[in-house]
Amino acid sequence: MTITRRKTLLLGAGAALALSVPFGVAQAATVDEAIATFTGGAEATEGGISISAPEIAENGNTVPISVTAEGAASVMILATGNPNAEVATFNFGPLAGSRTASTRIRLAQTQEVVAVAKMEDGSFRRANATVKVTIGGCGG
Amino acid sequence: MEGVKPRVKVPKKAAVGDVITIKTLISHPMESGQRKDKEGNTIPRQIINSFTATFNGQEVISVIIDPSVSSNPYFEFEATIPEAGEFRFEWVDDDGSVYEETKSIAIG
Repeated sequence: MTITRRKTLLLGAGAALALSVPFGVAQAATVDEAIATFTGGAEATEGGISISAPEIAENGNTVPISVTAEGAASVMILATGNPNAEVATFNFGPLAGSRTASTRIRLAQTQEVVAVAKMEDGSFRRANATVKVTIGGCGG
Repeated sequence: MEGVKPRVKVPKKAAVGDVITIKTLISHPMESGQRKDKEGNTIPRQIINSFTATFNGQEVISVIIDPSVSSNPYFEFEATIPEAGEFRFEWVDDDGSVYEETKSIAIG
């Protein structure tokens, strides 16, 4: 196959596009893939799960979040704007007193935090929260 | 890893069937593997990658942890108390170390 002038231009444009994607940010595809791996491809519907996070986080190094999903067997937390989207996955055991858990997470920039719950009936639920980050928390 | 200290807050007493709140904290840098040192070399990842809480051998909660959890990882959750006994908390480090803490709870 001969490389024509037009093809060269197209290749160049493609490479420029690939480079312009900001470094260190989880791609939308990665977030979707992580959710798909968790749900086994099943659709996650809204409702039945709530995520609480501050609207504005001054320090992205430690952002308090809390999730509640009555009837959940496990809950996965994702930070869509971090280098790696996965944050933590909580599995509730037989002695869990409620389906609530809180922790502190790092957010690299202003972004959506997503919680996906696997319910005991096998269905999946999701909720989002947008957090504005003043100082990012990934070092670098 | 040296100098990692777990701290857990559990009430000393509860009634059978009570739901209690547990707070756990462990001192750990949670090096994400994203940071660079002064020479520009990436500082290798070293985090606590899992946490488990059990009561008399039965699971309360387990957490799979990724580098986006803050340093000195903190977890708060609730547990149902079926009887007197002992909570056992376990954190697993990337280097294979296991940090443990136990707390007894009485009925009364």
